Amino acid sequence: MKKVNICVSVQNVSKSYGIHSVLQDIHLDILEGEIFGLLGPSGAGKTTLVKELAGLDTPTEGANYLFGQKMPNLNLVQRIGYMAQSDALYTELSAKENLRFFSELYGLKGRKQVERIEEVAEIVQLSNHLSKVVSNYSGGMKRRLSLAIALLHEPELLILDEPTVGIDPLLRKNIWRAFQSLKERGKTLIVTTHVMDEADKCDRLGLLRNGKLIAVGTPGELKRQTGTKTIEEAFLYFGGEQS
Amino acid sequence: MRVTAMVKRILKQLIRDKRTIGLLIFAPILVLTMLYFVFNGEDYVPRIGLVDAPESFVEQLDDRKATLSLFEEEGDAEAKIAEKELDAYIKFVGGQPELILEGSDPTVTGATMEWVQEAFQPRQPENAPQLKVDTMFGSDDMGQFDYFGPVLLGFFVFFFVFLIAGVSFLRERTTGTLERLLATPLRKWEIVVGYVIGFGIFTMIQSTIIASYAVYVLGMVMEGAFFHVLLVILLLAFTALSLGILLSTFAHNELQMMQFIPIIVVPQIFFSGLFNLDTIAEWLSWISYVTPLYYAADALRDIMVRGYGFTEIYINLLVLLGFTLFFMMMNILVLRKFRTM
Repeated sequence: MKKVNICVSVQNVSKSYGIHSVLQDIHLDILEGEIFGLLGPSGAGKTTLVKELAGLDTPTEGANYLFGQKMPNLNLVQRIGYMAQSDALYTELSAKENLRFFSELYGLKGRKQVERIEEVAEIVQLSNHLSKVVSNYSGGMKRRLSLAIALLHEPELLILDEPTVGIDPLLRKNIWRAFQSLKERGKTLIVTTHVMDEADKCDRLGLLRNGKLIAVGTPGELKRQTGTKTIEEAFLYFGGEQS
Repeated sequence: MRVTAMVKRILKQLIRDKRTIGLLIFAPILVLTMLYFVFNGEDYVPRIGLVDAPESFVEQLDDRKATLSLFEEEGDAEAKIAEKELDAYIKFVGGQPELILEGSDPTVTGATMEWVQEAFQPRQPENAPQLKVDTMFGSDDMGQFDYFGPVLLGFFVFFFVFLIAGVSFLRERTTGTLERLLATPLRKWEIVVGYVIGFGIFTMIQSTIIASYAVYVLGMVMEGAFFHVLLVILLLAFTALSLGILLSTFAHNELQMMQFIPIIVVPQIFFSGLFNLDTIAEWLSWISYVTPLYYAADALRDIMVRGYGFTEIYINLLVLLGFTLFFMMMNILVLRKFRTM
């Protein structure tokens, strides 16, 4: 088996806002070139964790390391593609203007910029809707545009917070296919979700509940360990053990 | 490069929002026009009743500056005052005149008193020396509008830029785009500078239109250089915009942004020189020195009314620049709340 590098390392991370604890002593290593799913109900702390990885938040205790360097670090930001849970788009502008704006922030210009915009629009299947003003977009289209923006600068690590919410099943399948092809090109993906059937498509999963990481492993391992047939059942098993 | 992207985006967003552009340009024009008509209206002509007045007295009265009417009984005049058809009446008690005023409106009372005093002044002999009147600045026929105008010009720019920039930045935060920006290599100062330049360009256009309208259409007095006026307004706009962005951080929604208007914007009117500052209570007078509008209004009045040039206003410009830089630094510091790197 060839040696794989650690891309993201979460070490002893806890986060609390006042007395309210959001993350409790998380240890987690995410390997280069894998699709890692963070699974858990809303309020489990998924978003807080990925925000810390994207450099938008800092842990109260412990530290996050990306590519062997401690976050937050502005130099690493260029290597990360981040998609927030809420669609952070300029709704007065067209999709193309949004893409152009963000590509300029990542230093893409000229021909390269035009090419990349075409490529990412193709991946999320918005090529025919680029000149539309975003306020006329449906929820699913906005989600896809946010994803396209995260892909623009060809980051090595993609941090995607609930990327497929509100997207129809067929398109969701296509997007997961895109994730697979990104993975084949050596990218690392961190995807948060609370949809259990998506969890099966990840290489490895981390189950989060009430700010604690209750289990980590491949979907197969998790099911085997618990003697269950679905991730959902496995989640209930681990959850029950904890409480 | 990244700043340019920010500037282009802000301008594009503004241009798309036709209604806001309309508000920024036409609202000040509308209000200035209304003020022009209010302040530059005709002098008030008091309506004065004369009760049982001697004929010799009535004959020598100047009825061009007042509307006079004669009454036989005092009661009739009183009734007319109650009906608001008369502002005052003069009665004669044993040959001595007595003035009874309606007295609820200081402007009307003032105009009435002025006319009465003039009417009872002893006639000047024909060869008496005439007082020659000259003014160092402005002119003796300068209206209220000309004196208030420069301050109001500054105020409108301050008010609208403060509000629009504040709300824009607030939206950036509430819609999550600010967080998205902070997940890119964009630096914090680039965000703030991008905002200042983007809105600065727009303000330049806005204030050129408003100031041209005030000077060339409404005929607001303009002794100095138009360019200097624009310079002052631009620096004031920078201050308003950096302050608006800063305060938007402490607001959770648009309504809370509006709540800053009575606290931050309105008091500035009182301390900006719209009203004579010498009559303000001494323990309060220091406030004017911390209000940006005071420095801008002072410079604008110097240019427009007194015809001063750059050497006289540069200190005010520096103070405004100082305010701007201070607020911008605070902005960058406050943004650390969202991203420490």
